Amino acid sequence: MKSGKYDSVNLLRQTVLPVFLILLLGACGDDYREKLSARGGHARPVELVLNEDGRPIPSVLAQQQELHRDNGQEPQTLDPHLAEGLPAAHILRDLFEGLTAESPDGRIIPGAAIRWNISRDGKTYTFYLRRDALWSNGDPVTADDFVYGLRRSADPVTASKYAQVLLPVENAPEVLSGDLPPSELGVTAMDEFTLQISMRDPTPYFLSLLSHSSTYPVHRASAEEHGSAFSRPGNLVSNGAYVLSEWVIRSRIELVKNKNYWDADNVILEKVNYYPFQDQSTALKRFRAGKLHWTSEVPNNQFKWLQKHYPDELVISPWLGSYYFGFNLEREPFIENLGLRMALMLALDRDLLTEKVTQFGELPSFALVPPGIRDYVSPVPEWAQWSQAERETEARRLYGMAGYSEENPLRFEIRYTAGENNKKMALAASSLWKQVLGVQATLLNEENKVFLQNREQRILTQVFQAGWISDYADAYSFLNLFRSGHGRNDFGYSNDLYDALLNEVAAERIPSIRRRLMFETERLLLADVPFVPLYTYVTRRMVNPRLVGWESNVMDHHYSKHMFFLNAAPDEATALNEADQVIDTVTSAANYLQENVVPGAGDEAVLIETNPGPDPTGDDSEAVTPLQEPDPDLQMEENEPEVQVEDLSPDGETEVVTTEEDSIE
Amino acid sequence: MIQDSGMARHILWRLLGLIPTLLMLITVAFFLMRVAPGGPFDSEMLVPADIKANLNAKYHMDESLPQQYFRYLSQVAVFDFGPSIQYKDWTVNELIGQGMRVSLTIGLAAMVLAFFFGTFLGITAALRQNTRADYSLMGVAMLGISIPNFVIAPILMLLLAVYAGWLPAGGWDWSIASMVLPVVTLSLPVTAYIARLTRGSMIEVMHSNFIRSARAKGLPESLIIRRHALRPALLPVISFLGPATAGMISGSVIIERIFSIPGLGSYFVQGALNRDYTLVMGIVIFYGVLIILLNFLVDLIYAWLNPKVRYDERS
Repeated sequence: MKSGKYDSVNLLRQTVLPVFLILLLGACGDDYREKLSARGGHARPVELVLNEDGRPIPSVLAQQQELHRDNGQEPQTLDPHLAEGLPAAHILRDLFEGLTAESPDGRIIPGAAIRWNISRDGKTYTFYLRRDALWSNGDPVTADDFVYGLRRSADPVTASKYAQVLLPVENAPEVLSGDLPPSELGVTAMDEFTLQISMRDPTPYFLSLLSHSSTYPVHRASAEEHGSAFSRPGNLVSNGAYVLSEWVIRSRIELVKNKNYWDADNVILEKVNYYPFQDQSTALKRFRAGKLHWTSEVPNNQFKWLQKHYPDELVISPWLGSYYFGFNLEREPFIENLGLRMALMLALDRDLLTEKVTQFGELPSFALVPPGIRDYVSPVPEWAQWSQAERETEARRLYGMAGYSEENPLRFEIRYTAGENNKKMALAASSLWKQVLGVQATLLNEENKVFLQNREQRILTQVFQAGWISDYADAYSFLNLFRSGHGRNDFGYSNDLYDALLNEVAAERIPSIRRRLMFETERLLLADVPFVPLYTYVTRRMVNPRLVGWESNVMDHHYSKHMFFLNAAPDEATALNEADQVIDTVTSAANYLQENVVPGAGDEAVLIETNPGPDPTGDDSEAVTPLQEPDPDLQMEENEPEVQVEDLSPDGETEVVTTEEDSIE
Repeated sequence: MIQDSGMARHILWRLLGLIPTLLMLITVAFFLMRVAPGGPFDSEMLVPADIKANLNAKYHMDESLPQQYFRYLSQVAVFDFGPSIQYKDWTVNELIGQGMRVSLTIGLAAMVLAFFFGTFLGITAALRQNTRADYSLMGVAMLGISIPNFVIAPILMLLLAVYAGWLPAGGWDWSIASMVLPVVTLSLPVTAYIARLTRGSMIEVMHSNFIRSARAKGLPESLIIRRHALRPALLPVISFLGPATAGMISGSVIIERIFSIPGLGSYFVQGALNRDYTLVMGIVIFYGVLIILLNFLVDLIYAWLNPKVRYDERS
């Protein structure tokens, strides 16, 4: 890989966060580690002087702890089981707490469940709930609330789009199709604070799915009383760090601290306001006027200006999503024509595309699965090591072998949908193809739903723009897109060996074997070239430098409960020990790499109990122990070597970002 | 007396005329929406078939199209526009009710502003026809018409909100401050248009015979303008007001977006893009009724201003 590739990212040194660096390093090797340490790095999670309770000392905290956060769009609903899309997910993370939660850097940590056991075969999860967790109206949060919530989520009457998150659970497909009643879902309350979930397959990423809103508990009494209006202010009873206090449609959603939250003492932001600013430049103006602390995006064309004038505010970090062009393998000229597809793949200069077209430090991509997934590194195709000139020579050779030439150029259509970047990418790719190979590509812009339909039908499409941002940090989410007959397999890709490998991945529970299987699966896919990888998405936003406590993470999940305002910008507050911090960052990045990212580093060890954490009530563990004894399985497991279950990063919305949310300009 | 009953009959007749017009509007809009490719539940996210079936069942989209159509008509008959498919926590009635308050406030405020400023500027220019004042006023008006909203709005916002900090940079909280910029921006092109319209008709009226008679009678110029010239000069402006007001209330999509105002316009566009059938239908009907009523109102004002138009039976 070329140097300079990540310069635009690195230039943002003030805003680059350790996790981000680590992930980059994990994906890119020593080269970049050196580069980063040379440049130094200033991490936003500032080292603070903490008092005995683990809180920052009051003198560094700002008087006013009220966050104004741009959310990009109005959430479609605040019913956790009906919610879809990022805006709702951001708010729901503040309002509710699932069985698991996420740390600021995106690791899975205990949420409403204080610890859990996973059976030897990976198919039974037992969750021990916090005994001190309360709903915002003071009721205790019990296992029954989770059973009710999960059943409600899977119930066909609820008609939740995201109920598919529950598909790995025992009987879930039958419940969703209405063949079994919701009560048959494999979820049982063993006692008031113990919940058991049975799975159909070992699903190593299941813990990260449990921080997804479609698995949140719902307060039964209020849900049944208010029906579809239960998620309105005044009606909504929630168990998270915040409660909904006001909702002015498409103007503002105001959350205030939940006094009954079990960890309320450590929640510093008193109030969080979410605004649906659809227009990115309006949000930016409001940010510049000091009325917003956090924007959901920044305008596409202002990177250089922002970088110059707001270096401390502009935050860019990798996102767990890939952007690519797909081939329709069921239509000429791409049926069976591997050489031709390879030629098109090689001809595109990804460095150029990311530096000149997308411009926000997107990472050039040579594979399907984006970097940033723990325990997984994508295979690097051989040609990725070549120089661009070598790639182009090979591309021309393959192009000629496929029977095309200057006199007889290849012609096809590139379909794309609304969104500034989509258009620019299609334009740039077509002109590169023309320049390198002489290809005559026609651009076709289609309205989003028309575009999606055409892609799905695979009758009209030839080359189309596509992207995937994963629900959960697991490579399987990406690889599964190419399974024969998968609903989003718009490529018409079908390979029996590939499908067989995917099935093996789904059934495998030993991480090292599973990872090797996925690696092979992806390598097979890349060799077949059903798509042209282009780049990895980044999130880009403006954040007030006084707002700290959050970190960039690939899932882009940020809980308001972790954030707070400092009196002064962190630069001023920590100017003295900045040098130490840089060293810390780099050292810990290296350690982290060895422990977590580098393949083969100690992942064969198995921990059955994941991340128990201290029990706030003290007597909890004693209360739980007797429960375990009658169960010989559980007993046995504790001595077994094991599966590392805790390390899966959080989930997100399966949502797709090929289109900008709306296109009225 | 006879005239009054003629008027009442006319009003009743016009109101009854609403029903077939709306029925046609609903029918065309309903089927056009369904003809558009894709549906409300199509997204890049994969939705398994079973889940899609559940969704379709929930919104009665598993029924045949005629069935859905008549179900919808029977709902509309009792003013129930159903739940929004996109904004699941709200009914279309609630969304329209909320958006309407905002859109009407902005639209009417901008219209009033445009009407008074526009006529004032137009008359001023007309009375100084072909002077420097006239040319500069009309030059500015021409600029106002030709510079689009989406250019003026960000500039005003940058100057008055970001640099000066006098006004909020977008957002809506029902405070006067949050209304100033959107209302002014929205009214600018219409003000300019009304000014040109008024100037033209004012000049024409000032050259007509009855004004010459009034002058010959020795009436003071100010009285001539107020009593004799103004009413006929405003007639073309009044007939422009109906569609302009409807346009301002419904067509402020860009303004709404730039200033992030929760009005109806963006529901319309978003709803169509998302194939939120119920929301789009509700707004189509609302706009239909609004436009018909506004045109009707303008006709009435027109008749009151122009003695040549009367809705009585004898004419």
